[in-house]
Amino acid sequence: MKTSVREVRGVEILDLKGKITIGSGDVQLRETINKLVESGKKNILINMQDVTTIDSSGIGELVGCYTSVTNKGGKLKLLHLPPKISDVLTVTQLITVFDVYESEPEALASYA
Amino acid sequence: MTSAKPSAEPGPVRLSLSSRFENIEMAQHLCGKLLEERELSEETKHWILMALREGVANAIKHGNAQNVSKRVHVEMRVEGETLEIRIRDEGAGFDPSRVGDPLAPENRLKTSGRGIFYMRTFMDEVRFGRPKEGGMEIVLTKNLQTGKS
Repeated sequence: MKTSVREVRGVEILDLKGKITIGSGDVQLRETINKLVESGKKNILINMQDVTTIDSSGIGELVGCYTSVTNKGGKLKLLHLPPKISDVLTVTQLITVFDVYESEPEALASYA
Repeated sequence: MTSAKPSAEPGPVRLSLSSRFENIEMAQHLCGKLLEERELSEETKHWILMALREGVANAIKHGNAQNVSKRVHVEMRVEGETLEIRIRDEGAGFDPSRVGDPLAPENRLKTSGRGIFYMRTFMDEVRFGRPKEGGMEIVLTKNLQTGKS
C-alpha cells in the first residue's frame, strides 16, 4: 500500500493506494495514523478511493485507528469508499461508526 | 473396451503453503483459475476469494502462529454446482464457539474477530473440524448456481 498525507484547511488527508490486508498495508496504516496523532494532528480524513482490497485485518486496523484518534479528542472520517469496501463495513455494522463522505469539500466542511 | 469419460470438472487443486501471508495471494489466484470457466458474477467471485483469504489468513496467523515451518493445506474442488474449499493448519486448534459475535455492541470496536464472520457471510456453509492428521480444518462451501452472472 502507498500512503501520502496532505494538509488542507487544518485537516490531514491520508490518500491510500493499494491493499489494506494482513501483512500488506494493515500495520502501515496504523503507523501512519499513530505518527499523525503523536504529532498533535486531530482531524484526519482517510481517502479510500484507490484502495483495491481490504480484509478483516485491514478493517480491524481502521477500527483501531478510529479509536485511537477519538480517544485523543480527534475525528477520523472516511472519504470515497469503494462499493465493496462499503459492503464489508456494512455487514459488520461498522458503516454506522464511521462518518463517510462522497466529496472532499463536504468532508472538509464537516470538521469546521 | 470403453474408455473412461474425462471429468468436466477441473481439480481438485491441492496446495501446501508455508505460513507466510504472501501465500494467500497464490491460493486466491488458483481459486480464481478454478472458477474461471464458471459464469459467475464478478461480485460472487470477489466474495468467494475474500472468504478464502480469511480462511488462509486465519490458519497462518492463529492456527500456525506464523511459524513458517508449519504448513497450511488448501484443497479446492468444484463438484456439480458446489465449490468446496478445505483449509487445514498444523496448530493446536481452537473452539470456534468461543469467538465473540463481532456485531455485539461490546465487540463492535474490537480490532480483531471478524474473519470467521466474513467467511460465514460470504459462503453458504462454514464447518470446523479436527481431522486425524492434526490441526484445525475449516470447510467452506458455496452453491455456484446462485452466484451466476
